[in-house]
Amino acid sequence: MSLFLSYLLPGIPYGFAYALMAVGLVLTYRASGVFNLAFGAQAYVSAVIFSIALRDGWPGWAAFVVSVLLASPAIGLAMERLLFRYTRTAGPLVKLVPALGLLIAIPAVTQMIIGTATRLPSSLVLQPWKVYFHLASTPVSGEELSTTVISIAVIAAFGLVLRSSGLGLRMRAVVESPRMAELSGVRADRTSATAWVLSSLLAGLAGVLLAPLYSTVSASNFTALLVAAIAAAAIGSFTSLPITLIGAIGLGIAQQLLAGYLPSGTILSSGLRPAFPFVVLAIALVARKTLRQPEARDPLASCDPPAVAFRAPARMTEVAVGSRAFTALVVGMLVATILVLVPGNWEFVFTFGIVLSIIFLSITLLTGMGGQISLGQAAFAGAGAFTAGQLAMHSMPVLGAILLAGVLSAVLGAVVALPALRLGGIAVGLLTLSFALLATNVLFLYPWAGNGATGLTVPRPVLGPISFAGNGAFFWLSTVFLVVLAGAVKLVQWGTTGQELAALRGSERGSAAVGIDVRRLRVVAFTLSAAIAGIGGALYASLEQSVSVNDFNYEFSLIYVVAVAAVGVYSVAGAIEAGILYAVLMQLTSTLPSRYSSLLALVFALAALTYVRHSEGVVAYAKAWVLDRAEQLARYLQAPTLRPPAEPGAPGAPVGSETGRAESVDMHAAPRSHS
Amino acid sequence: MVTALLQTAGLTKRFGRVAALSEVSLRLDAGETVGVIGPNGAGKTTLFDCILGVLQPDAGSVSFEGTRIDRLPVFRRSLLGIGRTFQRLELFSGMTPREHLLVTERARGRQGALWKDVLGMGRPTPREKSEAADLLDLVGLADVADAPVESLSLGKSRLVELARALVGPPKLLLLDEPSSGLDDAERATLVSVLSRLGRRRDVAVVVVEHDLDLVSTLVERLVVFDVGRVIADGTVEAVLADTAVRRAYLGVGR
Repeated sequence: MSLFLSYLLPGIPYGFAYALMAVGLVLTYRASGVFNLAFGAQAYVSAVIFSIALRDGWPGWAAFVVSVLLASPAIGLAMERLLFRYTRTAGPLVKLVPALGLLIAIPAVTQMIIGTATRLPSSLVLQPWKVYFHLASTPVSGEELSTTVISIAVIAAFGLVLRSSGLGLRMRAVVESPRMAELSGVRADRTSATAWVLSSLLAGLAGVLLAPLYSTVSASNFTALLVAAIAAAAIGSFTSLPITLIGAIGLGIAQQLLAGYLPSGTILSSGLRPAFPFVVLAIALVARKTLRQPEARDPLASCDPPAVAFRAPARMTEVAVGSRAFTALVVGMLVATILVLVPGNWEFVFTFGIVLSIIFLSITLLTGMGGQISLGQAAFAGAGAFTAGQLAMHSMPVLGAILLAGVLSAVLGAVVALPALRLGGIAVGLLTLSFALLATNVLFLYPWAGNGATGLTVPRPVLGPISFAGNGAFFWLSTVFLVVLAGAVKLVQWGTTGQELAALRGSERGSAAVGIDVRRLRVVAFTLSAAIAGIGGALYASLEQSVSVNDFNYEFSLIYVVAVAAVGVYSVAGAIEAGILYAVLMQLTSTLPSRYSSLLALVFALAALTYVRHSEGVVAYAKAWVLDRAEQLARYLQAPTLRPPAEPGAPGAPVGSETGRAESVDMHAAPRSHS
Repeated sequence: MVTALLQTAGLTKRFGRVAALSEVSLRLDAGETVGVIGPNGAGKTTLFDCILGVLQPDAGSVSFEGTRIDRLPVFRRSLLGIGRTFQRLELFSGMTPREHLLVTERARGRQGALWKDVLGMGRPTPREKSEAADLLDLVGLADVADAPVESLSLGKSRLVELARALVGPPKLLLLDEPSSGLDDAERATLVSVLSRLGRRRDVAVVVVEHDLDLVSTLVERLVVFDVGRVIADGTVEAVLADTAVRRAYLGVGR
């Protein structure tokens, strides 16, 4: 019994820290529809500031005020004011991408400014390692005691505010219907900002409370905290705070019990404990009925203009031909330079970019074309890489192994798609994320799969007399793969499947009503996407000639989505640009000192923040801007009488021909009004 | 006796303690035009949702042309020939009206296959293109056929949904408040489209509508809902004269 308790009791403080963040997640999700993954980063920032302030000799209360009461709420307020207040009517992807970007960007910036923090010297109130008393002969340390007591006090205060104050009432009203609340004289904007500030405060508190439990203050620890909080929130269906609370504490306890009772030294015990929240998350997502159709119940929802979707504008023939010629010129020059001028390691860099483009293509297909959010693409790529590695080890020709890797990844994609079928929007993303975490923490560690940190060696392919062992030959091989796959994706996009995917992205209910088999379509999208990612991963393995689980860490899945979304998720060209850009930036930043190691991720993460206004991506937006100017110039040249270009919608301006473009470009600025 | 086009028997749907539909049994024959009226919250949209399968009823059955369809997924019921518009728009944002119709044509034709797409055979056929153009003309959207739907007014968006529901054409058309948000010209288009449909004997139309003037000129039969029950069902004249209806819906005669 006392053994059981000695396993159980240490789980309680973890559980309460999870609960703090989970309550914040639920609150912001309900107040603004945003699933704020950046709370993990806010917790990290608070912990870093707290630990540095204490190291520099600040009194504990001052460190607490700055880190928990000021820093984290300030970040939360800025996020609400600058980003998320504009996403209320937007689709799940537009709400998710900036949050993901912040989850990556905030720790990167912190690391650059402050460096990495050392271990925390002290917990909040009591002496952290002093044993204050024994509970059923289990020692209770100051750290555990203070975490538990403070959490209970804060959560109780929160519950009281939500239940019985005017603020709580207003908050619940805004959650139900922001418009209705505004009509009753509640300032919905301000109320939702309050929710963000309070939730951020909880996240910061969780970070500071939990920091001493980790051996170092590193951002990935707080991502783990975030995932546990997401799992708890999912248990509460993202709505019920009491069930979320119970779920969080249960999760903390169950994790410690697992650690105690599982046979030590096996992959299952070292992997399952960190992976446990993801398993719980996956089960909760699939089992909780209310998560299946996360749908606004706002009776006035149809008053808001619908979310604006991006649409590639039609161009004047001259401009379209010109831009195509220009693209061909740039690509041709690039290839020529690579072949003739570039030193060997840059040849490798571009090949890496091309391989990465293939992996990114899987995101274009699934997320850009089909609107399905996946945060687990790196796991599919990893599955492809390890399949190729295992097959090559069993003396299969490498080219065949790469193709078979695509097939196996496709099967895996279909398997993951099946439980995701009844989920919508963000929940699909969370489910794929939990799959990715499970893959990197457990699956890929087995010798028959990824062989842990040691990894596998994968040779370069040989095709009859042609060897692709040299970097130059491999460059051509991956280019052929990219061209074939990109062409296939384009054909799918133009074909029935692509049109049905576009319809699915627009409205799942509408798609089903016109006779589209939505479930089959989603399985097809996941399968195709996983196949492409698998082939990309296998090529990556062959390029690097050795791969391990570290190459396909779940964090890459997040960075991949952010990178593609930042550059342009809706077009095949976007995937290729993102891949090349990523590889080149990685090479350029590789020589910087270590505190700037996340500069690459930061660039894409910051670019992703523009997603709120320009979901087509930074590069796609820039291209459209240039082409707009080119079109203006072309019109000017065509009309020497200095006639201004025809306004869209003006009499005589044929809508849908070249002037139809203006509507789709400017629609971000002027959403239509329903009245 | 001829098989009914649509037959619901004892259809019941509860949300918590509220019965949105209780024991609704309706019969609809091919080519009939029926108006469904009733106060907000009377269960009209829930009826549509249960017929098409967006919601699963708690009890009762739905039959279409004599076969039970209440276990079929939404898309299968749609492919049997049920077209529908939504009170809250369910448009494919990012697509143009023409693309709405083309993708619906392809879905209804069941011609799509991944291997065909990869071989470049997944493009719309000339026949599908001309059908889409005809429908756009019919609902008066030809001039905005290639503009993104986000740039259209609410009224035009409703007409896009109407055109989309007309692809096929369906044997049964369910219209959920088609006239709300329409301006006078759009309304005239709606009336002319609906009266043309009303004369066709192969398309049955069920229209949920608050505008009594509009609905009574278009339909032969009115069904009145109140708190999940059918309180009247008959010819327009008979129903409008019914005192129970006047009490529930018009708030007079109390």
